[in-house]
Amino acid sequence: MCLAVPGKIVSVADDMAVVDFGGAKKDICVSLVDARIGEYVLVHAGFAIKTISKDDAKKNLELLYELGELIPDDR
Amino acid sequence: MIDKDLKNPDILKGIIFKINKIAKDLKEPVNLMEVCGTHSQTIAKYGIRSILPKNVRLISGPGCPVCVTSQQDIDNIIELARQGVTVVTYGDMLRVPGTVMTLEKARAEGADVKHVYSALDSLKYKDAVFFAIGFETTAPMTAVAVKKGLTIYPAHKTIPAALSALISMELKISGFLQPGHVSAIIGSRSYSDLKIAQVISGFEAIDVLSSIYMLLEMIRDGKKGLHNEYLRIVSDEGNIKAQKILDEVFRPSDALWRGLGCIKGSGLTLKDKYKDQDAKIIYADILDKVPVAKEPKGCRCGDVLCGLCRPNECPLFSKSCTPKTPNGACMVSHEGSCQIEYRYGDL
Repeated sequence: MCLAVPGKIVSVADDMAVVDFGGAKKDICVSLVDARIGEYVLVHAGFAIKTISKDDAKKNLELLYELGELIPDDR
Repeated sequence: MIDKDLKNPDILKGIIFKINKIAKDLKEPVNLMEVCGTHSQTIAKYGIRSILPKNVRLISGPGCPVCVTSQQDIDNIIELARQGVTVVTYGDMLRVPGTVMTLEKARAEGADVKHVYSALDSLKYKDAVFFAIGFETTAPMTAVAVKKGLTIYPAHKTIPAALSALISMELKISGFLQPGHVSAIIGSRSYSDLKIAQVISGFEAIDVLSSIYMLLEMIRDGKKGLHNEYLRIVSDEGNIKAQKILDEVFRPSDALWRGLGCIKGSGLTLKDKYKDQDAKIIYADILDKVPVAKEPKGCRCGDVLCGLCRPNECPLFSKSCTPKTPNGACMVSHEGSCQIEYRYGDL
């Protein structure tokens, strides 16, 4: 139910945007986020709930790489 | 790019190795509860239970909104439909068995019942009532539609109040995997009152495994509090626009949860200025006459939702109760613990 899918904003008109989900395009309400064309948003039940920033994605990957890194005596 | 990183086998192996290593330092067995149906699905789909050390147990909590909707609310909305009111809701709700029938059966008998992808889609049906279920992830969408004139039967629920109730039930839970997309709305700061180890997790296998490791670290060190693993989506403050519209349209109220009973302040009711759009007020004469709801005989959905039993411990599981013929709510939704266990086994 709380499933959410990322997609890329193709165009925006007022509160509605066309969002591209890997080829499938759908009208999505963007009234809950500040999002511009070309940005990625996380979409739940027809609404964008978060603009995904490259910086946040980078921070997340750094955390995961740090957690997955084995220190020498772990081997 | 990020997709490839999130499936990097070397990182996954490293995290699994570390989980096994830290588990040896735990003084007693640990129960971790995931409070989101989408996490339950990730855990089963990737067989995460099967690779965890024996002293680390995952328990599914009340994280499926379809499942936790009370039997009385289901009966009430079915009665509205049978009395000629157009009822609109999300697809899964049509198949949840009420005391006498489902919304789907009511529709087969002539009631006007529609399902939609988004609350906004309900606005095209004149004089319809939207059966508004879901957690904080979904409630803002209802709020936007209410502001555009939608009439609703309010049944939204909020997670932090339910977690406090679970902690007080003494279920021997050592830590919570907190729901990623609820947290995207309410922000990580919303869990600060809960005195237990918690990690907000994303939905890839690597996210869930990392979050389990982070929880075990906290538990080993005797620490309480919150870490955020889902940094790419969840911020401290959450989605302020969504919080504002929730606050504008709804006020907190007590709510009835399947399995957990009535939890103080865990529901959302329309504020007075929207009372003309509240189906519970508009149709009070019909709803007052609906008999007290009864759970299906033998069904243990309530216990499953609190983590008191696994789905396969229910006498109906995979016998009379299957995804095609669900007896209880947890077998209906793709995120229900019973349907997940039916599809993937006890993984």
